[in-house]
Amino acid sequence: MTNEFYVLMKFELLVALIIFILLFMKVGSSSWSNKKVLVAVNLLLLVNFVFGFFMNSDGTLFGEMFRTNKMVELQKNMLNLGALIISAQSYSWLKNHAHVMEFYMLLLSTLLGMFFMMSAGNFLMFYLGLELSTIPLAAICNFDLEKRQSSEAAIKFIILSALSSALLLFGISLVYGTTGTLNFSELPGHLNGSALQLFAFILILAGFAFKISIVPFHLWTADVYEGSPVAVAAYLSVISKAAFLFVFTSVLYTVFKPIAGSWYNMLFLLSVLTMFTGNLFAVRQNNLKRFLAFSSITQMGFILVGISGSNQMGYASVVYFLLIYIFSNLGAFGVVAFVSAVTGKENMDDYKAFYKTNPFLASVLSVSLFSLAGIPPTAGFFGKFFLIMAGAERGNYILISIAALNMIISLYYYLRVVQTMFMEESRATIERLPVNIFAKLAMLVCVAGILAIGFVPWIYHYIYALSL
Amino acid sequence: MSHLSYIVWILLLPLANFALLGLTGRKLLKGISGVIGTSVLLVVAALASMAVYQYFFVYGKLDGIYHLINVLQFEWLKFSPNVSIGMGVALDPISVMMLFIVSVVSLMVHVFSLGYMKGEERFGTYYAFLSLFTFSMLSLVISTNIFQIYIFWELVGISSYLLIGFYYDKPSAVAASKKAFIVTRFADLGFLVGILILSFGAGTLDIHTLIIRLTTVQSPQLLGMTTSSFLGISALTWGLTLVFIGGAGKSAMFPLHVWLPDAMEGPTPISALIHAATMVVAGVYLVARLFPLYSFDVSSLNIVAYVGAISALLPAIIACTQNDIKRVLAYSTISQIGYMMFGLGVSGYSGELGLGYMASMFHLFTHAFFKSLLFLCAGAIIHLVQSNDVKDMGGLRKLMPITHIAFLVGCLSIAGIPPFSGFFSKEEILSAAYQSNKLIYGVGVFTSMLTAFYMFRLYFRIFHSRAQNRELAHGEGSLSMKLPLVVLAVSATLAGFVPFSLFVTPDHAPIEAHVDLIFSIFPVVLSVAAILFAARLYRTQNARPAKIATSLGKIYRFAYRKFYFDEIYLFVSKKIIFNLIGRPAAWIDKHIVDGLMNLLAATTVKISVLIKGFQSGKLQNYAVYFFAGIIGLAALFVYFRQSP
Repeated sequence: MTNEFYVLMKFELLVALIIFILLFMKVGSSSWSNKKVLVAVNLLLLVNFVFGFFMNSDGTLFGEMFRTNKMVELQKNMLNLGALIISAQSYSWLKNHAHVMEFYMLLLSTLLGMFFMMSAGNFLMFYLGLELSTIPLAAICNFDLEKRQSSEAAIKFIILSALSSALLLFGISLVYGTTGTLNFSELPGHLNGSALQLFAFILILAGFAFKISIVPFHLWTADVYEGSPVAVAAYLSVISKAAFLFVFTSVLYTVFKPIAGSWYNMLFLLSVLTMFTGNLFAVRQNNLKRFLAFSSITQMGFILVGISGSNQMGYASVVYFLLIYIFSNLGAFGVVAFVSAVTGKENMDDYKAFYKTNPFLASVLSVSLFSLAGIPPTAGFFGKFFLIMAGAERGNYILISIAALNMIISLYYYLRVVQTMFMEESRATIERLPVNIFAKLAMLVCVAGILAIGFVPWIYHYIYALSL
Repeated sequence: MSHLSYIVWILLLPLANFALLGLTGRKLLKGISGVIGTSVLLVVAALASMAVYQYFFVYGKLDGIYHLINVLQFEWLKFSPNVSIGMGVALDPISVMMLFIVSVVSLMVHVFSLGYMKGEERFGTYYAFLSLFTFSMLSLVISTNIFQIYIFWELVGISSYLLIGFYYDKPSAVAASKKAFIVTRFADLGFLVGILILSFGAGTLDIHTLIIRLTTVQSPQLLGMTTSSFLGISALTWGLTLVFIGGAGKSAMFPLHVWLPDAMEGPTPISALIHAATMVVAGVYLVARLFPLYSFDVSSLNIVAYVGAISALLPAIIACTQNDIKRVLAYSTISQIGYMMFGLGVSGYSGELGLGYMASMFHLFTHAFFKSLLFLCAGAIIHLVQSNDVKDMGGLRKLMPITHIAFLVGCLSIAGIPPFSGFFSKEEILSAAYQSNKLIYGVGVFTSMLTAFYMFRLYFRIFHSRAQNRELAHGEGSLSMKLPLVVLAVSATLAGFVPFSLFVTPDHAPIEAHVDLIFSIFPVVLSVAAILFAARLYRTQNARPAKIATSLGKIYRFAYRKFYFDEIYLFVSKKIIFNLIGRPAAWIDKHIVDGLMNLLAATTVKISVLIKGFQSGKLQNYAVYFFAGIIGLAALFVYFRQSP
């Protein structure tokens, strides 16, 4: 098993390795300055990402507890990329922070947890990964140690996470009670759609819905995003959500396939609720972090439309959209994080005439918002179009009309931000901010991704081929 | 077709130009960006003219029928085994015609802007945006695939948004650009859903295949779409109607027209290009492109016809009451596009029945010239007077002789006076309407009369009415501003003599159409009467009372009759047109249609305030909602589940 073990668990081992390097440096009380540490960590993450392209293969380990295939590996590497971008963007926030190494240890632990979760072949393994990814996240929500709001966010997050985990576990135990197995490959044969199983499914659904902020399980989102450091909010809204969505989609499509008729209706309801709620709240936000929180809730609603397509196209369109979403949302969060780290300003009014003083940052933010709004030729347009196409496959035109309507509503508030930056005058404009090379590179990668992905057909073809 | 592959350059050159000016136009190449943009467009227009010649006279005709040439076609994204998204360049009579119109009008606007926009701070950016628009519009018209249309449809929307809001330090311009973008996006919602319905019904996104599959009687796709229905209306009708809503939004058809008059906040040459000659006719083009489908589905074609007729009539009435020169022109644009729409709506598919389609495309062609001419004249006038308000004008004919003649040509053309181009196309639309729907014919004739009236009301108030004794800063403008006026005036005069029916028909087989002169006497007489009306009311106002007094002596014996007619004129125009119809129409426009849009926005905000309470920040509440969610779902889906 040795050789196979190293190949199949490559992603987990690499991330664990980086955690251990950091741990030894910390324990050995190295005298490296923050800047040096940050350069080293970013390089390690880059190596980790590049390495993720090689030696990918399918297989299972530990009696189907752990399984992986090329699709899962692609998804893991997408998360690696996202983590790298976030890390590079938070350079200016972390360079004066006292606990850089701890930050990365905690952050990478959550990533490790997500990887285990994504490779889980059994609900127990899934639960372990989920907890490993949740508990350190609560710790880094509180990483602006001196801010009261940050602690509040962490408390809210940990308590509600515990609640959702408890209910999820309850659901899992009900599944075990009615079927006698927790193995993903055996479960479909035992599910018959009895009332108890449906109830168990709803509890599990609620657990997922909490993590990916589906209405009405979304209420923590805005408060936690607002309180936590922006880099962590970005991580929560992109990496964490993407990981859970990957698992959610594949679990729905494989494990819960026998009760597809029931969950289709639930997704229909939840996605309509989520899109409208996200939009209505986003319209009136003045704090950009809260604004992005609600906008990301709306995006999740769109993703549910794609998932409800429930076929290969649905899966492919969700993965494709998430790839684009990583770039778009991180582009937006990157700018907000940078401005917040340097000036402490997070309100929409502060961004008046932002373009005049910081044309680069304003352009990055605009391109990202355009992509989130789904305006061509940015990639977000293609992503959304594919989600809606996938949703239309079921012939539910009511759902896709509602989705299309919400695309228009969301356009309004995304444009409002762009308008504020480009077209409004202000006496208290944010002064010109020098952008460090890490943040600049990360933002350029986001913009390049947003502009290129839509026009490179093989990316979608590749995902589609993998999503069988 | 390798000998037509140069068509690709028609698209690539503006794109390259956009990239070049977009990157360097702000500083490096700012001064010469106009010259660069104009020369590129010159090449593009030359290539497009070559394409027209080669398509219509060399390669296009096969067995007496113009056929579709796919110059370029590649599969860009394979979405699933059934549906793939292609990109390509398709030539058929209407796409070649549109290539020509767009590139020529765009060239004229490029040249005109050299003078008009001179000294603007963002001169380079302006030309970059212009190139972006030209590229998107050209790519839209040659699309082979309905998804390709949709992409470029959105892109022209964006360029229009950018250009309306070009003067971004003017709040009204910013508001207008946003309104235009959001209203048209609302309509695009229909377009998107319509595309999805059609493409899933037909199993393809390729326009040619889609049309063949959905017009072949007994084909499985057609059966599938006509038998499945929602709210008692078949899927085919839904799809086509929704696509038409998209087109109606872009073409500013009633009641989605509210954005167009506001869009006049943009620079005037932009209004000429985007909001008169090219982008706003995209909706007409879309319906024409899918015309075989519409002619197959009578109910959706009727919607096109009636929406077109209403959109022709109402804005014409409103135009009679406006004082802003650009607004009058904007309303007249909506009205003329209404003509094109109902032209399509009353048309049949083959042979002589296709007259409406042919006439509609003909009108699109002539309208492009005379309307861009009118707008560019308005630009020259505004440049001179520094105001949009007609009240600030008057007596300009001595000061700007070339503009005066050009504007007069435009007015005569739009009023449908022979031998100017508008006459031919409008007469053909009217005769097509006469053959199929008398009500629409009546609306068309009445509108044509109103058109003549309000255009000449404008003309007389600008160029006659009183002597201009103010000192004006500029002369008539530079050569670059006069040249396009002359070129377009000549085109607007001559375009009507193109034997259009030999080139553009719905089934692509040339027909011999002729204007029945006796038939057209009635509308022309009405138009001439309307012009005389306008002359009576506006030519001799204000500054010329003395002259009236002397002429009163000479024509004393007609005084009684004249007085009598004046009363009627006054009554008809001031009381009926202005108060009884015009005011309410403007009121409805302002309060009901605009109000609905505002209501929508206000409701959204209100609801979001109402549900604010949920987001209380209290942990306990969040947990309660969490449980409530689970219980709600369980109640809905476990309790009411279908028996397994």
